[in-house]
Amino acid sequence: MPRPIEEVATGSIFGVALNYRSLLDSRLDEFRQAPYKTPPNKPVLFIKTENTRNGNERPMVFPAGVERIQPGPAVGVVIGRKASRVRPEDAMDYVAGYTIVNEFSLPEESYYRPAVKAKCRDGFCPMGPDLVEADAIADPGNLSIQLRVNGDVRQEGHTSDWVRTIPELIGELTEFMTLNEGDVLITGTPAGRVDVKVGDRVEVEISGLGRLVNTITAEH
Amino acid sequence: MKRARVRVGNQVQDVLIDDENKVVLQDGKRVSEDSVEWLPPANGHMFALGLNYADHAAELDFKAPEEPLVFIKAPNTYTGHRGVTWRPDNVDYMHYECELVAVIGKPARNVKRENALEYVAGYTVCNDYAIRDYLENYYRPNLRVKNRDATTPVGPWIVETSDIDNPNDLTIRTWINGELKQEGTTADMIFDIPYLIEYLSGFMTLQPGDMIATGTPKGLADVKPGDEVTVEVEGVGRLTNTIVTESQFFKKPA
Repeated sequence: MPRPIEEVATGSIFGVALNYRSLLDSRLDEFRQAPYKTPPNKPVLFIKTENTRNGNERPMVFPAGVERIQPGPAVGVVIGRKASRVRPEDAMDYVAGYTIVNEFSLPEESYYRPAVKAKCRDGFCPMGPDLVEADAIADPGNLSIQLRVNGDVRQEGHTSDWVRTIPELIGELTEFMTLNEGDVLITGTPAGRVDVKVGDRVEVEISGLGRLVNTITAEH
Repeated sequence: MKRARVRVGNQVQDVLIDDENKVVLQDGKRVSEDSVEWLPPANGHMFALGLNYADHAAELDFKAPEEPLVFIKAPNTYTGHRGVTWRPDNVDYMHYECELVAVIGKPARNVKRENALEYVAGYTVCNDYAIRDYLENYYRPNLRVKNRDATTPVGPWIVETSDIDNPNDLTIRTWINGELKQEGTTADMIFDIPYLIEYLSGFMTLQPGDMIATGTPKGLADVKPGDEVTVEVEGVGRLTNTIVTESQFFKKPA
């Protein structure tokens, strides 16, 4: 019996930026310049706040006064029990399962400062539809991701392109911060984010995880 | 009036603190502050300000920002009054940051600064420790610097908004082992609480229990295992915590 994601993913929502090799590589020259100076050493993390929570088949509000918003198709990892200082080889024992996340953002020209204004707007984190239990996915590093807007495929990726796998991420994060039951780890968005506009029907499909659908609506 | 959250035995209680700083338990019994375990008085996200005092920005060789520099903390990083914070092995510089914190009392969206204090449940104090060795120039200051387990003491309590006449005129002080190390005033804050509530609620809904940590003035110093660090915001509270080693911290029962 699948469990609705709202019942399970009740904790903090942590995201990893630049976790697709093709995206990271496309910006490496820039990341060797100021203000970055060197490419990232550790996972580039961010937090999606409570107000960003959103669900399948619920409206996704295009904020007033904003010119562009972009979906962020991603695999979400739902933590099953308290994980502190977990070794990568044990990390999968702490995973309850997976879901689809559409990590909406304003376009990010810079990664220098925390992306609060870009990523923490109301409803900017649709998740769902269900928790797919860890055992149901043989290899989370072998999933296809597809974003469709009004039925047209606009962005594609594959989790084999991850910079860090789920066990590697859990190992590095829990070195300094506990992941608790119900926390969600967003494993990143592939290269090629696209703009969407009011009225668009935005679907993220990931093999084995189903389909997450939202319609973009105007802010009243 | 002051409100806190404490653990007594195995029970978590929301309690009041009387004028002598005695803890008034739910059964009416008054006990001393060292007979309870202090928990963070709020548990939402924390919106923390970087470089929000011009003298501190200069101390770090930064220009004062033209727009608030906000970073986010999650509840895993909070710890209560009289708790411990760990200094990782093999780091060169871990410093405290004494800050006035506004606690949000009701959902706040598109709030104007003249009405902003209506959305504040009260004030508390935090010590926004940072480990500068771990800074990287991506989403700076990054989570490895600012969202470490038990590395943001918050508390001891929440003081009601009406108990503070002017949040822009409070002395801020930090002591290490009783020696005064940092002294400033919230009068030197660049973006004050009403401004920050207008700014944040202008693009997102702040939730009850969310906190805004308003930044720290200059006067940073390194802290070492064994140090007792006390941060105080005048009229709000005095928050003490002890630095332990990495191995001491992770030996604690979970």
